Amino acid sequence: MRRIYYRIDQIAGSVIILQAENVAYGELARVTSTRGTSLAQVIKLEGGRVSLQVFAGSRGVATDAKVQFLGRPMQTAYSEFLLGRVFTGTGLPRDNGPEITETAIPIGGPSVNPMKRIIPKKMIRTGVPMIDVFNTLVESQKIPIFSVPGEPYNQLMARIALQAEVDVIILGGMGLKHDDYLFFRDRLEEAGAMSRSIFYVHTAADPTVECLLVPDLSLAVAERFALDGKRVLTLLTDMANFADALKEISITMEQIPSYRGYPGDLYSQLAARYEKAVDFEGAGSITVLSVTSMPGDDVTHPIPDNTGYITEGQFYLRNGRIEPFGSLSRLKQKVNEQTRSDHRTIMNTMIQLYASARESREKQDMGFELSAWDNKLLRYGDLFEERMMDLEVNIPLEQALDRGWSILAECFEQKEVGLPSDLVRDYWPGGEDRSQTSEVRGQ
Amino acid sequence: MAENIGRIVGVNGNLLTVEFSKPVFQNETAFALSNDLRLKSEVVRIRGDYAELQVFEDTRGLKIGDRLEFSQELLAAELGPGLLAQVYDGLQNPLSDLAEAHGFFLKRGVYFQTLDREAVWKFTPQAREGDTLSSGETLGTVPEGLFSHRIMVPFGLKGRYTVSWIADAGEYTVEQPIARIKKDKENERDVSMLQHWPVKIPIQDYSERLRPNQPLNTKIRIIDTFFPIAKGGTYCIPGPFGAGKTVIQQLTSRHADVDVVVVAACGERAGEVVETIREFPELKDPKTGRSLMERTIIICNTSSMPVAAREASVYTAVTVSEYYRQMGLNVLLLADSTSRWAQALREVSGRLEEIPGEEAFPAYLESVIAAFYERAGQVRLKDGHFGSVTIGGTVSPAGGNFEEPVTQSTLKVVGAFHGLSRDRSDARRYPAIEPLESWSTYPGLVEREQLKAAQSIIRQGSEIAQMMKVIGEEGTTLEDFVLYLKAEFLDRVYLQQDAFDPVDGATAAKRQTHVFDRLLFILNKALHFETKDEARAFFHKLTQAAVDWNRTSMDRDEFKEQEQALIELADEVADYA
Repeated sequence: MRRIYYRIDQIAGSVIILQAENVAYGELARVTSTRGTSLAQVIKLEGGRVSLQVFAGSRGVATDAKVQFLGRPMQTAYSEFLLGRVFTGTGLPRDNGPEITETAIPIGGPSVNPMKRIIPKKMIRTGVPMIDVFNTLVESQKIPIFSVPGEPYNQLMARIALQAEVDVIILGGMGLKHDDYLFFRDRLEEAGAMSRSIFYVHTAADPTVECLLVPDLSLAVAERFALDGKRVLTLLTDMANFADALKEISITMEQIPSYRGYPGDLYSQLAARYEKAVDFEGAGSITVLSVTSMPGDDVTHPIPDNTGYITEGQFYLRNGRIEPFGSLSRLKQKVNEQTRSDHRTIMNTMIQLYASARESREKQDMGFELSAWDNKLLRYGDLFEERMMDLEVNIPLEQALDRGWSILAECFEQKEVGLPSDLVRDYWPGGEDRSQTSEVRGQ
Repeated sequence: MAENIGRIVGVNGNLLTVEFSKPVFQNETAFALSNDLRLKSEVVRIRGDYAELQVFEDTRGLKIGDRLEFSQELLAAELGPGLLAQVYDGLQNPLSDLAEAHGFFLKRGVYFQTLDREAVWKFTPQAREGDTLSSGETLGTVPEGLFSHRIMVPFGLKGRYTVSWIADAGEYTVEQPIARIKKDKENERDVSMLQHWPVKIPIQDYSERLRPNQPLNTKIRIIDTFFPIAKGGTYCIPGPFGAGKTVIQQLTSRHADVDVVVVAACGERAGEVVETIREFPELKDPKTGRSLMERTIIICNTSSMPVAAREASVYTAVTVSEYYRQMGLNVLLLADSTSRWAQALREVSGRLEEIPGEEAFPAYLESVIAAFYERAGQVRLKDGHFGSVTIGGTVSPAGGNFEEPVTQSTLKVVGAFHGLSRDRSDARRYPAIEPLESWSTYPGLVEREQLKAAQSIIRQGSEIAQMMKVIGEEGTTLEDFVLYLKAEFLDRVYLQQDAFDPVDGATAAKRQTHVFDRLLFILNKALHFETKDEARAFFHKLTQAAVDWNRTSMDRDEFKEQEQALIELADEVADYA
């Protein structure tokens, strides 16, 4: 039996409080007032007083609004027909398609039993050398792009999604600018990938509470596809908006903030979402790629800080390039041994040399004397940035490794780079005798 | 006793308010009953007729008026043979049983028995009828993997008991009685292999607690030589994300020279526990030749598992550690990360609307952390044997800033501090333990004087490096520059270690003292160079030779040859004038 109430005692922020009986914690209600209808969720029970968080916000909710309890927690539809569709943060169609009501599944379900996880071992190819070569993305990884507003993080994300060999792409947009949402849609449509994609989009103009639901909806659906054996890539942009929505709501709920206004459970809240990334033993997988914009480009800000403790590495996107320092894929060691015999060596050597190149550049900027070696490094640094770091570069891993060798050969002689001789024999461009010419140039 | 039932009158997140009529006690466990759910919870505050409880599970679906069954027991760990090699959640649920019964996902309200009730153990009596024993003394033993597992007089019993009956040697399950003990007429009881112990109370059935004075070697050079830990001691590893806390913990869990390792994965990534779960059974313990898993117990409550159980998990882990210590074993408890545990305290404290301390952590944070680390220690058991619990906790300070409450509270109570730095990890100088900030109060492997000399080289080298950033290489004297290169050399070939190299990744104590002594011998030579470039070229060569040396097994002839080559290299430039 559905229970209906018409008397609201308190309205504050997005929370309304009323007297009601036989209500379960976490249950859903429908709030109808002259402004329209919205779903709401029970977030606190205190004697007969029930606190409801209204998804559409409390604006325009009257004290005599109709509150109907639905006797079930938040659910969403799961079906093959979701593919190619765009929904709001509450799961309603945002495109002009019909509403989908098939198989209702709960959202925010329990965590995966660690015994049922397996060690990830499959590389995801992205065509971005800074990822493929230096910080390989691995199936079932959870990894954010740390960036600041104005950087092309959504473009990068769309590109990775299109290149990745996955079965289903789920985009969870939080506080997304409408233009960015259209960008994602157009980009995926152009590439013919829309038919394997599902969008859950909360735009900056939508109610704050809906922002909180986006990751849960996206990941609940992703989980079902993964259990059906699909390899799912979930894109979440921007998780900073999710964290800010948490902050906004916990403060209106009069919770004690822990640090810079964020609630004490920010870590657990973020972890509950990111930890959905999984490689199931005997089924599919979920990979989570997110965007976390860093307020004030400060990595010690609570949002990127808590995120970094949860995720398996991060990509720093700065000045339109993925920074090799600070960026890290914690899972790369699991896959880069099997790709090609020179992968690890090229990865380490090129980064070490690039670090030295930066030091030489600092020396140059300070006006200190430059040695012949410094000049070689400077040239190497420029080439590395131009041919590897530039986001326009779009080549497969093998080609990127070859390119790495040719950059090394162009700047250094063989014995300067300290590479194992068997690799030099196999990969150094033009065999082993080029070193003479470069030595002349070096001086 | 009649059962004690309360009624739920409030639900706020994982906090319940319950009206009760019969007596309840603080930290009593209880079960919230709703539909067919039974959710385990713990009393955290009592006010008048209302008790507040934290639930160890998701509270979705609970209603006002639902019943709550008080158990009249404290949250307890189950102790007995069969704990080794198991993977449990924070409440000691065996995760493999859960996976078998419920598949991919954890299921709330499902609790399995910690120890297998069917398994039989081969019991050998040790006490004889008529012996008088006190709590913690041995009645008999059963073999468990590598060890002889002692079956003891239950902990916490007061006074001396006479053994009135003891079972014959044979096979018994954990629940079957193996002895009867008697104090007086009323106080006679059966003893089985199984006992329960409240996790928040330390087991103190030993005769004396001693100062930790035996080094605990981890085969990580910067720890064993520079910032050693001791059996029965405590240490902490704070560091920003990506600095390698977990890698150090994983390496330690493999190489530490202890008998049992208890890994408490508390609020961290599930993927990391999975590595341990999947890899340990395949890895061999070089000391015993058996799989590493046989000496390991994993208590895992990863970041997306319920928060309240995260708090319980560290206590469960330390209780299990103390239990194996009672058998005369050296136990190492690795808690990763204690910050997540402190955050769990903060979440509950926030819901209780307690007055917050710094960064909203509860005011009692410090005393709770201190009490936890105080459970470490080396003890002399009642039979004269020694046992120890060593606790190593990682700390994940917000923003990598050590000035925060959890790091500060921890630093006050530990005996060694291994601070990780972002600068070192960015420069790929692993393990990223900062040599200028870390400290240890425990005795180490090498002579104090030698250690002081090495530390002084590193300190001076760092000062010169700072200066060089301002005045450039050309503004630095050749003498200072050589000192700087010496510090870099020592850093590169001794402090840094390649975890992926089978030889370099684990340096035994004997090798550490030998290599350290030789390196200092070289560094103490007065070296003569004409130019800085010449000095740099020399140290490049020396470094390369020493790195190769590090990768050569000590029992091969090449080891001696490489050592000789190093000394000769140094002699070429040594200034005997």
